[in-house]
Amino acid sequence: MDFSDSPEEATFRAKARDWLNANATLRDGSEKAQDHFMARDADEVARARDWQARKAKAGWAGLTWPRAFGGRDATPIEQVIWNQEEGRYAVPPNVFLIGIGLVGPTVMIHGTQSQKTAVLPRALTGEDIWCQLFSEPAAGSDLAGIRTRARRDGDDWVISGQKVWTSGAHYSSHGILLARTDPQVPKHKGMTMFLVDMSDPAIETRPIRQISGGASFNEVFIDDLRVPDSARLGGESEGWKVALTTLMNERFSISVGRASGGARAEELIALATRVERNGRPAIQDGEVRARIADFVARQRGLEFTSYRVMTSLSRGDAPGEEGSIGKLLLGKLRQEMGAFGLELAGTAAGVSAGADDDAARWRNEYLTAPGNRIAGGSDEIQRTIIGERILGLPPEMRVDKTVPFSEL
Amino acid sequence: MNFGFSEEQDTIRETLARMLGDHATLEVAHTRLDSGEGFDTATWSALAEGGWLGLAMSEAHGGSGMGAVELAILAEEVGRCMAAVPCLPVLCMAVPALQSAGTEDQRRSLLPGIAEGRTIIAMALAEGGGLAPDTVSAKVAQGRLSGQKSPVTFGAEATHALVAATDEEDTPRLYLADLTASGVTTSALDPIDRTRPTAEIVFDNAPVELLPGSDPAAIYRLLSGAAVLAAFEQIGLAGRALALTTAYAGERHAFGRPIGGFQAVKHRLADMFAKIELARSNAFFGAWALASGDSRLPEAAAVARLSALDAVQFVTEESIQLHGGIGFTWAADPHLFLRRGWQLKAELGPAVLWRERLIDNLADAPWAAS
Repeated sequence: MDFSDSPEEATFRAKARDWLNANATLRDGSEKAQDHFMARDADEVARARDWQARKAKAGWAGLTWPRAFGGRDATPIEQVIWNQEEGRYAVPPNVFLIGIGLVGPTVMIHGTQSQKTAVLPRALTGEDIWCQLFSEPAAGSDLAGIRTRARRDGDDWVISGQKVWTSGAHYSSHGILLARTDPQVPKHKGMTMFLVDMSDPAIETRPIRQISGGASFNEVFIDDLRVPDSARLGGESEGWKVALTTLMNERFSISVGRASGGARAEELIALATRVERNGRPAIQDGEVRARIADFVARQRGLEFTSYRVMTSLSRGDAPGEEGSIGKLLLGKLRQEMGAFGLELAGTAAGVSAGADDDAARWRNEYLTAPGNRIAGGSDEIQRTIIGERILGLPPEMRVDKTVPFSEL
Repeated sequence: MNFGFSEEQDTIRETLARMLGDHATLEVAHTRLDSGEGFDTATWSALAEGGWLGLAMSEAHGGSGMGAVELAILAEEVGRCMAAVPCLPVLCMAVPALQSAGTEDQRRSLLPGIAEGRTIIAMALAEGGGLAPDTVSAKVAQGRLSGQKSPVTFGAEATHALVAATDEEDTPRLYLADLTASGVTTSALDPIDRTRPTAEIVFDNAPVELLPGSDPAAIYRLLSGAAVLAAFEQIGLAGRALALTTAYAGERHAFGRPIGGFQAVKHRLADMFAKIELARSNAFFGAWALASGDSRLPEAAAVARLSALDAVQFVTEESIQLHGGIGFTWAADPHLFLRRGWQLKAELGPAVLWRERLIDNLADAPWAAS
């Protein structure tokens, strides 16, 4: 049990800090709030690309990738250290999370040599930005229910269908797309994975506006998209296996990035010191203190849970179901903290006088959090994962597991 | 960073779990609950024979020189098997108090006896529903203590007590009292958990000896360490309650299938698990802060305590509900955990106290002023 850096970790941290000091500016609190993973406009995308290129050149991109693929062979804990250090600087959002965290590792395992050559270096340097074309209007939690069809046509495949909730699709150059290739077999068995070029005119991307007012995800319409067979990632009808690799890496990426999402509970203390309740600073009010104390305890618990996950990953364990704990608790905590931040303003709750004031800040937290409770597996799915895979409870009844997809 | 246990520590846990599992079963707990016979001396002796009571004492004092992390493992296993033993007051509070604030003479005369199981030192910190050093009305003048302390866990079974009382300058300090001395009257109380005996002790001009290093700051530090170690005991008992309830949900059938297959039940069990793991993560940080002497201990202790209290209350209450009618019966296991949970809550003070400590601590941080 040691919370401090090992000598190797301390060396790594010092090196990271040296490079960051020479190449970026420390945050001073005046920065505009931004999402950690999503760009808001073309300017943010351009800045993100530039930052990624510089990181790649200096060997700080794709840290946990093997050296053979241009990575650094870093441990999960070193990745966390990097995230902690980089988080202290005013850097653009990491729009490469899907490419480097999800698509890269999937291609390393299931890709052909030419796919590896085409995909990996450009993902690392930020030349390509990837999105994940998995969810559909009728297949979210039940991902294996996708209906987007890919049909053989000579040496090519022709893909048609609709994807939805695709984060960053509007600025992505490429997508990893799960399609149904054989509806005559049960649903998990008839899917195939493809790597597609988002600039193809057969793909139309329409941003979806969220309740927060932002538009970071999209619907993606695919109308007779023709791709060569070399765009197929993994075997025909082996799409589910490939998707599981992607999802496992998604869990890993979320685990190492998790602790940094959303506002810190300490910010509520600072806020409660500035505003009044019952004629005195709100921080002197018993109820305010109690609520914030509970937020702190929960947020610390989530942070330390991610360190426990890191420790087991560093001991060589595969990213397991423990990630579901953080996933389950984080969104609700963020939502409650957002609501409380708004409440502290009293009758002015929710009323903002300017884009960067307290109300705008906490309103954004409150209106962003519901998405955290859905994206990457809803609260209910996480509870089912914990119940079945960790606690070993009997599985849900499934009427669709052995029936051909076409008969569902 | 390494946020897990070493192989040696895993071995300690396995050995302890086996040993405790042989002695402290839930049948034993039920028998004690029925008879009101609190202290499980057989398990305490077995711990002494195994050398576990001297775990965190130096070899010179008859111990094995291990640290707070190993003590945390012991606390968790004691919690898991629901042993009716004074692990928290004696090993997690009295021993560290003597080590940090006592004299070498006090250590030499008391620690070997604790390691052998002969000496039981109770902690008399509470009175009037409050806890030292915030609430202290007992007073010492010229080496004589007068006042009333209650509740004192294992107070009637103890040979000695460390008593919080104010000195002649009105500063709260810790004093060592021999409970067999004249001027000491002990009477048993009726605690919510009868397997954790509790007493009121009245001191009337009783002879006591100061722990010279004890002052309010030292008492706060002692409580912080105790909160971390108690969190492990709480996690142990909550984990056992969850395991029991999960097993029941897998066996009990309704509407043609095990009730654990229904989401209403499965998801509640998942919530119970998540709360325990969150508490465990905070307890890990607390154990590290305690073992390494990190300055963040007060904060770490408060968050460990708060999340452990939350987990225990939710898990033990829901454990009764998920068992249905049987869960509400005296003969079933779930209420054992509920009772122990409340007792552990009472001993170091409820959430409201620790929330205040946490915010006081954080609001002093430099960023809070900005």
